[in-house]
Amino acid sequence: MNAAGPSQGAKAPLGGSAAHDVASVGARMNTMMNELARASAPETAETALAVARLRQDFPILHRTVNGKPLVYLDNAATSQKPRYVIECEARYYAELNANIHRGVHSLSQQATEAYEAARDTVRRFIHAARREEIVFVRGTTEAINLVAASYGQRLRPGDEVLITEMEHHSNIVPWQLLCERTGAVLRVAPIDDAGELRLDAFERLLGPATRIVALTQLSNALGTLNPVQRLVALAHAVGAVVLVDGAQAVAHLPVDVQALDCDFYAFSGHKLYGPTGIGVLYGKAALLDAMPPWQGGGDMIREVTFARTTYNDLPYKFEAGTPHIAGGIALGAAIDYVGMVGLPAIAAHEQALLAYATERAAGMAGLRLIGTARDKASILSFTVEGVHPHDVGTILDDEGVAVRAGHHCAMPVMAHFGVPATVRASFALYNTVEEVDVLMRAIRRAQEVFG
Amino acid sequence: MSDLRDLYQELIVDHYRHPHNFGPLAGANRRAEGFNPLCGDRLTLYLQVVDGVIEDARFEGSGCAISTASASLMTDALKGKTEAEVENLFAGFHALVAGGGDSPSTAALGKLEVLAGVREFPVRVKCATLAWHTLRAALREAGQPVSTE
Repeated sequence: MNAAGPSQGAKAPLGGSAAHDVASVGARMNTMMNELARASAPETAETALAVARLRQDFPILHRTVNGKPLVYLDNAATSQKPRYVIECEARYYAELNANIHRGVHSLSQQATEAYEAARDTVRRFIHAARREEIVFVRGTTEAINLVAASYGQRLRPGDEVLITEMEHHSNIVPWQLLCERTGAVLRVAPIDDAGELRLDAFERLLGPATRIVALTQLSNALGTLNPVQRLVALAHAVGAVVLVDGAQAVAHLPVDVQALDCDFYAFSGHKLYGPTGIGVLYGKAALLDAMPPWQGGGDMIREVTFARTTYNDLPYKFEAGTPHIAGGIALGAAIDYVGMVGLPAIAAHEQALLAYATERAAGMAGLRLIGTARDKASILSFTVEGVHPHDVGTILDDEGVAVRAGHHCAMPVMAHFGVPATVRASFALYNTVEEVDVLMRAIRRAQEVFG
Repeated sequence: MSDLRDLYQELIVDHYRHPHNFGPLAGANRRAEGFNPLCGDRLTLYLQVVDGVIEDARFEGSGCAISTASASLMTDALKGKTEAEVENLFAGFHALVAGGGDSPSTAALGKLEVLAGVREFPVRVKCATLAWHTLRAALREAGQPVSTE
């Protein structure tokens, strides 16, 4: 909690914090959240994360796998959840459950306030200008599909969509589908052999026909950080809008959508210590306002007749049906938790882990790092000579070490490096140097099995 | 630990490192491609079938130790077998690695039994059966690549 200690943490209510919630959320909700925060507030030292203490916040980290202590290094797939988030979601159902935005009864009003407070929490977290710019969706994938389906309707044959070679399938396929529907053309900016985007090629591929640029902030397969601010400026110079896939980045570095000046930003709750099934699409209000609705029904409607339906204001225009209320509120709690720990401290801790792991890996014969960009975060992707990544994964699992072995839903990246798959270790705030040592010992064991 | 040793027996590691029958088959009259989209394992299987008997079988592709060793051992086992015998072999092999049903008679499986350890690793069963599903496709001459999904 950025050196603030648990008492400040205790003031952070679920699904939001600061003045907004205190003023608007029912007293009962506040009491409940304060209790939760007191019970779960993480504590950190002033200069570095007190990881041992933070690990106490994550119940799952205390279980064993195959008789060994769990070493969870698959955080790029999904992160574990602190008790604060788990209890928040449970207590929502136990004490506050009601449908939102329509009930005249108290419970519905309180649930609505908690859900909307979470929206404010998200807005502050990514530094959006307005709460109307925060659309709750199921996750990053749905956010990208929403933009492709809605904003994409304005594309015409010959228009171009520019993505990069390091994208996750979720930031490739929606654009391929859009291009098939509209006759637009998909362009791909290549990466180099370190896994960095080739800026010269990216710039050359931008042109007057470019309508949409979609790129990741942090590559899930390589760990490459892209210079998003600069890329956005280049895209804007040719009149294109930019969608940033923040699925990986958002848990590892502070994000300011206004500073990035991106037009859309997408992320998921579950990689950010929050629940699955909830995520966020940020969009500049003027763009969202001009976009046609995507899905119809429920909250997105103002008035329906058989002749004509009018649509709700932002952000509800894009939130059809009863939303994942508990998920939204628990995502707010996850952001509060991250805020209490402090994202800059988390980033520094993870950078130190990555540097240590990279150094250890470099010292091991037969290990080849896939992704050696100068600017990286949280992800170590590699192959082991003579041992297929899947076999590495199985042997690591036998040692209690959870990693991802596969193509990471980024088959073009695998093709670029000429490998069918990689082993990927990915770090979170609760990982330790000792766990990196366990990982390296387990890799050595894999080499021995195949030795 | 013992499960892991059961999985990665020496014979399996040997077949992974030095797969038998690896490479294209000149004179093949059946061919199929197999793909496991979850892990990216791919293989192409070539058969030479004469009067319902598999005279020769070879494969190429890339995969993990389990899928490669399985393809290697399978192509060894196929030679000289009729299509009906191969179906029985697959049934026996599938029961061996996937479990379920009555405990299979493994008398006829021979060296394929070395893959029995896969049974303790449910997520790896598809690795062991990829070659066999591809075999079925080749015998049916299905035009589409087979996928484990």
